[in-house]
Amino acid sequence: MSSTNSPADVDSGRSVRETPLLEVKGLRKYYPIRRGFLSRTRGYVKAVDGVDFTIQRGETLGLVGESGCGKSTTGRCLLRAVDATEGQVRYWISDETGWTDIYQLAGEDLRRFRQFAQMIFQDPFSSLNPRMTLLQIVGEPLTVNRLASGEELEHRVADLLRRVGLRPEYMKRYPHAFSGGQRQRIGIARSLALEPNFIVCDEPVSALDVSIQAQTLNLLQDLQEEFHLTYLFVAHDLNVVAHIADRVAVMYVGKMVELAESDDLFDNPLHPYTEVLMSSVLPPDPRIKTSQIEMTGEVADPANPPSGCYFHPRCQYAEDRCRHETPELREVRPSHFVSCHRAEEITLQGVI
Amino acid sequence: MTPQDDQRLLEIRNLKVQFALEEGTVRAVDGMNLAINRGQTVGVVGESGCGKSVTAQALLRIVPKPGEIVEGELLYYRPTNGDGDNLHVTDLAGLPANGDEMRDLRGNEIVMVFQEPMSSLAPVYTIGHQIMEAIELHQHVGKQEARERTLEILQRVGMPQPSQTIDSYPHQMSGGMRQRGMIAIALSCNPTLLIADEPTTALDVTTQGQILELMQKLQNDFGMAIMFITHDLGVVAKMTEYVTVMYLGKVVESADVDTIFHDPKHPYTKALLRSMPRMGVKSRRLEAVTGMVPDPFHVPPGCPFHPRCEDFIAGRCDAEEPPWIETEPGHGVRCVLYE
Repeated sequence: MSSTNSPADVDSGRSVRETPLLEVKGLRKYYPIRRGFLSRTRGYVKAVDGVDFTIQRGETLGLVGESGCGKSTTGRCLLRAVDATEGQVRYWISDETGWTDIYQLAGEDLRRFRQFAQMIFQDPFSSLNPRMTLLQIVGEPLTVNRLASGEELEHRVADLLRRVGLRPEYMKRYPHAFSGGQRQRIGIARSLALEPNFIVCDEPVSALDVSIQAQTLNLLQDLQEEFHLTYLFVAHDLNVVAHIADRVAVMYVGKMVELAESDDLFDNPLHPYTEVLMSSVLPPDPRIKTSQIEMTGEVADPANPPSGCYFHPRCQYAEDRCRHETPELREVRPSHFVSCHRAEEITLQGVI
Repeated sequence: MTPQDDQRLLEIRNLKVQFALEEGTVRAVDGMNLAINRGQTVGVVGESGCGKSVTAQALLRIVPKPGEIVEGELLYYRPTNGDGDNLHVTDLAGLPANGDEMRDLRGNEIVMVFQEPMSSLAPVYTIGHQIMEAIELHQHVGKQEARERTLEILQRVGMPQPSQTIDSYPHQMSGGMRQRGMIAIALSCNPTLLIADEPTTALDVTTQGQILELMQKLQNDFGMAIMFITHDLGVVAKMTEYVTVMYLGKVVESADVDTIFHDPKHPYTKALLRSMPRMGVKSRRLEAVTGMVPDPFHVPPGCPFHPRCEDFIAGRCDAEEPPWIETEPGHGVRCVLYE
């Protein structure tokens, strides 16, 4: 392992979690743009464009950004739900096996990895098969992996349903009989069936009503404690991420622009984009008057990103260097990484 | 008529909208009352299924079948000849939904901006075409003039490069531009009431701020009233003057925005505000509202919120419908605790 100051190498975090579970290096996912009669590739949409980070065992890493920034694609690449174009994704699966690069896995090994890492989806209406009962939905991972059948299966599913706060008697019903919040619990039960260590939660509460969001977030925290889970929590809602995440990473047009402990990020953001994002959140209190920092122009096109720092055309602090030199993600303060040339010179506004 | 009364634009009185389905009757809106003055911004807040969107559809008389207005009045006050002295009151609930009068009002004086700008714009027509259509239909002007007015309105909603965008199709635009286009269609005919149904829910947070600011600016310029339907309490706090909270088809509380956030009375309003995670406020656990929203075929008897309520009184809340109580002028709550 090299000893440069890249976040993948530093066991960051002042908290107790010092053992990394997952390490990502130089992750890229390019989607080809094909046009014309011969479907020639005319360029690439750089959905994820070189990100590095580690996730510590037992922590929740929040991944935020606006639509199209690559946060969901990053989450999917970590599970090989889509295959990365380039880069390394390594898991510390057990002390006997040590580091496992999941892009080197095939066959039986890959299947075993899929028990280790799972996903919770955003939309509880489209992610559950309407023709399957809860027993089939929640029990499917167990059946497919031949881990349980018959009475044993029913027993395990009943237990899973109880864990997520659903009544086991509902086992023979179909998803349409349940509300959005209950369906999300069904999805969570299914993802827990194989007793995973790591779960990618992709916008798990953004389709839910306000009163149901809080319940679901509490449930995710309880399960994390009970089963010693590690989460990558992908979301666009900063209020939710600030609540649940230990550390937060901010993405903009396929790149990670900032990564820090949650409190540190919200109190002292170092990247101008993070500052803009936080200033856009409306506080639920009419007495607090915030003013959103104006951002000119539209989000950069990931097929044709600007030169230098991708954020420079919209950044109020941009100077000449930002137009030419691409900033690297570097550790500016202990455990606080940012990719901005001017991070040391400028003072940004955190959460009031 | 008192001075306050000539500011009146709209009054919803005891509105009931029901959907007769095979599984049973859904009382989507079950006795809604709301008054909106000219130029005022009123927020209607609630979770999915509370009846906030159906209320808006009832106002425009576009409730999808088999839903129908079974009771109540939708009183719309319009000046008879522009001098504002004499107000002519029309009950929109009594008009034929597709009659001339309703067609003349809809999209002209009462307009709506929807949540999903991609699915509410026609994909096969340019944005310019869709705005011109509204102008030609309601203002009886020719093609040339309609196009000029369209360019002007695109400029006012802050569309980048209006002279080019006017000939763009919705798929060529970003989410924020499409929502600007929707607002342009809505404002093309100088409305008196703009109904905004979750207008920024599908947008990114930085775009949301731009669209909300635009709406505030346009309200200053045009002076229309806005009925803002949303579940987002941050948006409510920023945009509205007066707030109505709905739960399962009923208004549970209404008051001015500061009172709703700082002196809420109804247990549901209080629980909602407590359950929100907030940036900068660190807590290990959120104070969640317990239970689920009941399904619309099995609305609990008495107060519909009682199975989830912390202050539930057995024998009262589950037996009788709570009365509407004015705790102070302009602040009403539907709860037996304040009797």
